[in-house]
Amino acid sequence: MSIKLENLTKYYGDQLAVNNISFEISSGEIVGFLGPNGAGKTTTLRMITTFLSPTSGNIFVDGINAAIDPLKVRRKIGYLSEQNPLYNDMNVVDFLVYNARLQMISEDRIKNAVDKMVNVCGLKEVKHKDIRELSKGFRQRVGLAQAMIHDPEILLLDEPTSGLDPNQILEIRKLIKELGRKKTLVLSTHILQEVQAVCDRIIIIHKGEIKADAKPEDLQKEIQGQNVIKLSLRYNKKVSTENLTSEFKSINGVESVSVREDKQANLWEIEIKSSKSIDAREEVFKRVIKLGLEMIEMKQVEASLEDIFRKLTN
Amino acid sequence: MNVTLAIFKKEFKALFYSPIAYIVIFVFLGITGWFFTSSLFEVGIVSMRGAFEIISFILLFFIPAITMRTFSEEKRSGTIEMLLTKPVTEMQIIAGKFFATLAFTALAIAPTLIYLISLLFLGSVDIGIIISSYIGLLFVCAVYISCGIFASSLTENQIIAFIISFLIIFALFILNKVLIFFPVFLTSFLEYLSTDYHYMNMSRGVIDTRSIIYFVSAILIFLLLARIPLEKRKW
Repeated sequence: MSIKLENLTKYYGDQLAVNNISFEISSGEIVGFLGPNGAGKTTTLRMITTFLSPTSGNIFVDGINAAIDPLKVRRKIGYLSEQNPLYNDMNVVDFLVYNARLQMISEDRIKNAVDKMVNVCGLKEVKHKDIRELSKGFRQRVGLAQAMIHDPEILLLDEPTSGLDPNQILEIRKLIKELGRKKTLVLSTHILQEVQAVCDRIIIIHKGEIKADAKPEDLQKEIQGQNVIKLSLRYNKKVSTENLTSEFKSINGVESVSVREDKQANLWEIEIKSSKSIDAREEVFKRVIKLGLEMIEMKQVEASLEDIFRKLTN
Repeated sequence: MNVTLAIFKKEFKALFYSPIAYIVIFVFLGITGWFFTSSLFEVGIVSMRGAFEIISFILLFFIPAITMRTFSEEKRSGTIEMLLTKPVTEMQIIAGKFFATLAFTALAIAPTLIYLISLLFLGSVDIGIIISSYIGLLFVCAVYISCGIFASSLTENQIIAFIISFLIIFALFILNKVLIFFPVFLTSFLEYLSTDYHYMNMSRGVIDTRSIIYFVSAILIFLLLARIPLEKRKW
């Protein structure tokens, strides 16, 4: 099940929300749709679901033009919207049965489909509760269950973990990863770890335009030009800051050293940047010993997606 | 199951979740009961005329109250997005909601049949007139409901939906009573637009095809109008 967007543009009145974006997602891919708030992620997803129509451009889902046969497209898609709106008055099972009927699942298969969703999404303990009584984590599970009740081949999830506590986030992420295994999955988010944890392709969108479209590893490589070592040393008045700086600078390959004194914690916080080919950690350790200082912490920092994200969207 | 039927069932059930429904039914039966018994015992007339007249007046408030949430609530809570990303057309949703509200209204009116039964013990009743009155009443309800659904599709605020539908329904109701304010050549046309004019005819036992055409086309017009704000997201 592929999704293909061709020169998609969306205006809300005069305001440009999505500006001429094109990409193709092939069957079975897990794609992270990344961007700051207001970048156009939700608008794009809504257009794929045919909830919104693009101002111009085309969407093809499995070769079907969304503008021409929206109902057929909707049948192939499971969608969890950002606010995850649910009918609070209904209980979980009734709600899922209703959704199954809207998806035109035949009556004799509905019970099976609902039971399956209750199992897969871990809703057993709440299945007879009214939705209004559920915690945010369970609401999200119900949202996922309604999106997948008809076993769609494409799953679009708009910020599926927003507003959850850390434990719930991990649970939902795990669930998504399991569910997404056999499906084409598009996940919109502004949380970077989520993309790193789940996706095998990232599309970064900013101000309605695509800024990057690559694998997470490739994106990371792109930004890595340097190794960065972060070092914390116990402050010792016998050694001056200048002394320290020049000592580390004299290591072969080190490009810059910045030393900051943290009086409160009685520490030096030092950042040493070296060219990419060189691992200066060993030499740094030796110099610290030579100066007779105590090392609290040393780590080599990899350029993270966050850096890429900030670079691309600033 | 047919999608429209699924929506009908869900909406019908949902009407009973909200306290508005019970309050409205309670008030409705209280007032009609009062008017029915007072004409029966104080004046001594074996007729449902008083009850039918007051019902058509109460509907002005009753229908906006039960239709105001149909789409407003879905828009406010965002469930409309969930609904419209399912393989369902706008018209199926509108039809499901319309018939659910109509069934609910019929259920609210049904207890007034007790008045009829008690009349049968007291004297001779013209059953034909009562049947055509009930048919007329259901048509009037259907027109008001489609109008209320249209009003509700315009806004996510239930109060505004109530006011808009009340104003339109009130205009349709009052039209045949204010004809003297209009030029003569307009009167028969305006009279035809008034729901109460057709209802009055039917409560006298006259089932005119002109009235049926009026009711059916009014229902369809409002339901089709309700589709426009729902499709606005596509512009």
